[in-house]
Amino acid sequence: MPFINALPGAIAQGLVWAIMAIGVYITFRILDIADLTVDGSFATGGAVLGIYVVNSDGSAGSIAVGMLLALLAGLVAGLVTGLIHTKLGIPPILAGILTQLILWSVNLTIMGGRANVSVNGNLYPVFIRILNSGDSIWKLVIVVGLIIALLYLFFGTELGSSIRATGNNLKMSRAQGINVNLNKVIGLMLSNGLVAVSGALLTQYQGFADINMGRGAIVIGLAAVVIGEAIFSKIVKNFALRLMAVSIGAVIYYIVYQFVISLGINTNLMKMLSAVVVAIFLGVPYLKKTHLDPILKARKEKKDASGGEDNA
Amino acid sequence: MLELQNVTKVFNPGTVNEKVAVNNLSLKMEDGDFVTVIGSNGAGKSTMLNLVAGLWKPDSGKILIDDIDVTKMPEHKRAKYIGRVFQDPHDGTASDMNIEENLAIAARRGKKHTLKWGINKTERELYRELLSGLGLGLEDRMTSKVGLLSGGQRQAITLLMASLESPKILLLDEHTAALDPKTAKVVLELTDKIVSQNHLTTMMVTHNMKDAIAHGNRLIMMNNGSVLLDIKGEEKKNLTIEDLLEKFNQTSGQVFASDKALL
Ligand SMILES: Nc1ncnc2c1ncn2[C@@H]1O[C@H](COP(=O)(O)OP(=O)(O)OP(=O)(O)O)[C@@H](O)[C@H]1O
Ligand SMILES: [Mg+2]
Repeated sequence: MPFINALPGAIAQGLVWAIMAIGVYITFRILDIADLTVDGSFATGGAVLGIYVVNSDGSAGSIAVGMLLALLAGLVAGLVTGLIHTKLGIPPILAGILTQLILWSVNLTIMGGRANVSVNGNLYPVFIRILNSGDSIWKLVIVVGLIIALLYLFFGTELGSSIRATGNNLKMSRAQGINVNLNKVIGLMLSNGLVAVSGALLTQYQGFADINMGRGAIVIGLAAVVIGEAIFSKIVKNFALRLMAVSIGAVIYYIVYQFVISLGINTNLMKMLSAVVVAIFLGVPYLKKTHLDPILKARKEKKDASGGEDNA
Repeated sequence: MLELQNVTKVFNPGTVNEKVAVNNLSLKMEDGDFVTVIGSNGAGKSTMLNLVAGLWKPDSGKILIDDIDVTKMPEHKRAKYIGRVFQDPHDGTASDMNIEENLAIAARRGKKHTLKWGINKTERELYRELLSGLGLGLEDRMTSKVGLLSGGQRQAITLLMASLESPKILLLDEHTAALDPKTAKVVLELTDKIVSQNHLTTMMVTHNMKDAIAHGNRLIMMNNGSVLLDIKGEEKKNLTIEDLLEKFNQTSGQVFASDKALL
């Protein structure tokens, strides 16, 4: 049963990507910005951690510092996109693409011009690793839980609320004295910080950082968001639970991914499948609104009208 | 106190679409003045309010609020002096946030947004009280998303939000125009109540002449970006629609065009 055997690995990987998906949730759902920086900042997180660990004493402390540096690098990546968007008036999508491209060069430079860096789990005391998916899973559950708790607290503060308002209604936010540009920058930084941490974790888990590791990351993040929402949106309204739903969405994504692979489908097709899933999940609510709702409404009105006659 | 000194705003200068929206306009409002603003479409009413709020910077002239020169102050900084209610009920509130969260944000207008908790128990009680004062039963729905409310309820909440931190100026831009007549009446009455309770210096744009006459202590009519008529004191109190139309025709030498204004 290759699929069952691969299950712990899929869950662990899903949990790593859950952190990335939470980052995407912050920009896509809270700030209402589709931020493509993440494809770059994910690899930045991996590259920074990888290079720092292999060039330091290789202790557990260096792993921790490497994680911290990855977080910082992600924050800076978000800052760059934020400034390109708010200071230069460039639409956020384009701002993200520009930063993503900048990061491609930056990431290669960080890795000393090579396309990958190996962080061998036998040489370094990595936090999680593929050879020990079981341990990795519970460690990641704690990390993801902690991140959700912190974000829950943050978005309940005055600053966090003002960021939510910014994403919800710019006009109202400005009228209420909120510095919307600052808030967008903060949100983008937070998001990319998380994404970079996710990339740094994946690097440890798989044992290497790769220049291409973030390619299409945005789609995986969005897939996790839409899957989580599709399954849980009717039942959970609480913010922390929503983030949990997104995390579970990421895990489901990787379980399905494994399953599809175990069916023998060419892995080259996976990115296309992911994109199609996202397009469907994001498109269906729209189609429902434009096509199905008018029909249902007309039907209901007809029914109400005839119902009225019956009663009369 | 609000003062506009020779304020001019030109849109798309130097193009074929150049439009002088506000033209060398001067206006001084005393504390507690409640000015109703009328004028045909494109007269520059919204532009004037938006200049005060800081959406646009004037091309020339000065804007003073309580003798503070705010001409160059960015919109979000100026917001501490200004409460606003817009024409579109969707504009004034964050629809994905609940009623108390919206109020809590308004209560922090112009203040630093810190890492303190976004809402506390004492203010919750205050909001409950203020909401029950609206008489719309919203005090029992404080954790409902604002997006679920009707346009009138939203405008009532936006009014409350605008008045929470006692703004120096309250700007109302056709804030009842999107409501049905009955709801519009309720919101207007509420406006009067909130303005007088908080002694707010207010500017209210309306297309309804009757409302413009019935509310406030001063009425200005705008035309082509300038103040055409400025009626206050006893004259305002005794004003009728016929007076207004006659004055308009005399001053402008044209017959009042907008039928909408008569409604
Ligand atoms: N952002 C803008 N860009 C270009 N022109 C504008 C802009 N805003 C307003 N205008 C123009 O400025 C003039 C004044 O517009 P304004 O919105 O102030 O009128 P108004 O008195 O509020 O009219 P209405 O009763 O229709 O709301 C109009 O000719 C309008 O087309
Ligand atoms: Mg207008």
